[in-house]
Amino acid sequence: MLIYLAKRIAFALLVLLGASLITFCIAFVIPADPAVAIAGVKADPQTLAAIRAQLGLDQPLYVQYVRYLSRALHGDLGRSYVRRQSVTSLILARFPATALLAICAMGLSLLLGVVGGMVAAAYRGRLLDTLLLTVSLALVSIPVFWLGTMFLVAAAAYFRWLPLGGLDGARSLILPSLALALGSGGYYSRILQANLAEVLELDYIRAARAKGLSPLRVMFRHALANAILPLVTLAGLDFAGLLSGVVLTETVFNWPGLGRLAFEAVFNLDIPLIMGTVLFSSFLIVVANLVVDALYAWLDPRTRLS
Amino acid sequence: MARSSINWLQVVGGTITAILVLVAIFAPVLAPHDPTQAVAPTFGDPGPPSLAFPCGTDQLGRDVLSRLIYGARVSLIVGLSAMAIAMSVGVVVGLCAGFFGGWTEVILMRITDVMLTLPGLLLAMAFVAILRPSLLSILLVISLVSWSGVARVVRAETLSMASRDFVLAARALGASSFRIMVRHILPNIAPTIVVMAALSTSGTLLLDAGLSFLGLGVPPPTPSWGRMVEESQIYFRTAPWLVFFPGMAILLAVLGFNLLGYGFLRKRNR
Repeated sequence: MLIYLAKRIAFALLVLLGASLITFCIAFVIPADPAVAIAGVKADPQTLAAIRAQLGLDQPLYVQYVRYLSRALHGDLGRSYVRRQSVTSLILARFPATALLAICAMGLSLLLGVVGGMVAAAYRGRLLDTLLLTVSLALVSIPVFWLGTMFLVAAAAYFRWLPLGGLDGARSLILPSLALALGSGGYYSRILQANLAEVLELDYIRAARAKGLSPLRVMFRHALANAILPLVTLAGLDFAGLLSGVVLTETVFNWPGLGRLAFEAVFNLDIPLIMGTVLFSSFLIVVANLVVDALYAWLDPRTRLS
Repeated sequence: MARSSINWLQVVGGTITAILVLVAIFAPVLAPHDPTQAVAPTFGDPGPPSLAFPCGTDQLGRDVLSRLIYGARVSLIVGLSAMAIAMSVGVVVGLCAGFFGGWTEVILMRITDVMLTLPGLLLAMAFVAILRPSLLSILLVISLVSWSGVARVVRAETLSMASRDFVLAARALGASSFRIMVRHILPNIAPTIVVMAALSTSGTLLLDAGLSFLGLGVPPPTPSWGRMVEESQIYFRTAPWLVFFPGMAILLAVLGFNLLGYGFLRKRNR
C-alpha cells in the first residue's frame, strides 16, 4: 500500500511539473509586453527596462521558469497586473464561496445520480428505465449557462423568494447548485445504471437473492457497494473541477467565486492571475486524483495488488 | 430482446443531426429573413413570437428564427472540425502509445495526463483571449483541450489488441508496424472511435457554446447560439423567449450527437 501510494505521489508531482510548464508557456505566447501592461503605453524606455529587470524578464527563459517554480512552491504566484494584489491572496479570498457552491452541487449530483441510477437499474428494460435514460441524456446535453438563465426566468416569474444572483444566505445557493447538479447527476445515473446492470448479473447477487434477502437489501448492501466504485473516481475529479471554479455558472449567477476571478483575469489579459488560477486548478485536480487513487486502493484491494 | 441492427437512440439521434446538417447547408434557402438586418418594426425592443416571426425578434429588430438557422452553420463547422482534429490527434497518440510501448508510451501518456489535468474551459478561454477570437483560433483551441480523453481510451483499446493472435500472426508474416496499426488494429477499434467521435462532438459543441456565451466565440455579426443567449440574458424578465430558443438549439444539437454516441455504445455492448 505504501509503495503504491509513493508511486502515485511521485507521478502526481511529475504531472504537476508538466502543468506548471504549460502554464508558464501562457505568458510567452502573449504578444503583449508585461512591462507595458504595468507601466502603461506612455512609459519611457528606462522605466520599462527597470520593470523588466525587477520582474526578471531580462533573464533567460529557463532561469525565469525556475524562479517561477520556486516561488510557486512557496505559495507566491506573483502579483495581479490589474488589481495590484498578490494572486495567492486573491485566490484564497474567492475560494470559500466557490467551495460552498462545490459542496452543495456535488452533494446534490450524487443524490440525483445514485437514486436515478438505482431506480433505472431496478426497472431495467422497462418503461421507467427508458424514461430515465432519455431524461439523463437530455440533462447531460443542456448547456449549463442556459439552464441557469432559464432558472432565473422561472425565479423572476414564479419563485419570487429566490435571490436572482450573488451570494446572500442559504437560499442563494439553491439555483446555482441545482443548475450544476442536474447535468452531472444525469451523467452519474447513467454510469451507475450501467455498472449496476453488470453487477446484478453476477453470481453473488444471485446467491444473496437465493438466501431470501429483500430486493432493497440486495441492491443497497450487495450491488451498490460494488457498482459505486467507478463513480468515486468520476465524482472525485469533478469535485476538484468544481472547487477550481465554474466560470459559466458563476457568470450567470454573479457568484463571487474563483470562476468569476478567472473570467476577469482572462478579459483583462491579467497574465499572473490567469497563470495562477490555471495552476491552482491543476493542483486541485492532481490532489483529487491522489485522494481518489488512495480511496480506491482502500476500497478495492485488487488495485494495490496488481 | 430483439436484436435490431439499429436502436431508437440512433434513429432519434441520427434524425436530429441530419436535420441540423440540412438546416446548416440550406440556411440561405430556409431562413425567412437576413439574420444580420433589422426587419421588425419593433426596433429597439425585443418582439414576442408571432406568425411573421415564429421565434420573435431581438433587441435590434432581427429575426431570431433566421439567426438560429444561420447559427447552425458556425456551431456545426466549429463542433465537427474541432472534433475531427481532436480525434485525429487522439487516435494517433493513443495508437502509437499503445502499440509501441516503452519510452514512446511513457512520454506520450505523460503529456496526455498533463493535458487531462489542466482545466479545459479555463485554458481554452485564456488561449482564445490571447490569440483573439476567430473561427480558426476557436477551432484549434477546442481541439487542443479535447484530444487527451480520446488518446487515453484509444491507448487502452490498442493495448488490448496489440497482444492478440491476429496481430502476432501479422507480425510473424513480416508486416511493418505501420501496416499492423492501420490495417489490423485500427479496424478493430473503429467501433470505439465512432462512439468517441459522436460523444466528443457534443463536447466540442458545448465548449464552443460556452466560449461564445463568455464573449469568446466567433465575432459578430456572424450569428452564434451561445452569444445569442448571452446577449439576451438581460431581457430574461421581459423577453424570456430570446433566451429560450437559442438554448434549445444548443440542447438539441448536443442531444443529437449524445443519442448517436450512446446508441452506438449500446449496440456494441450487446
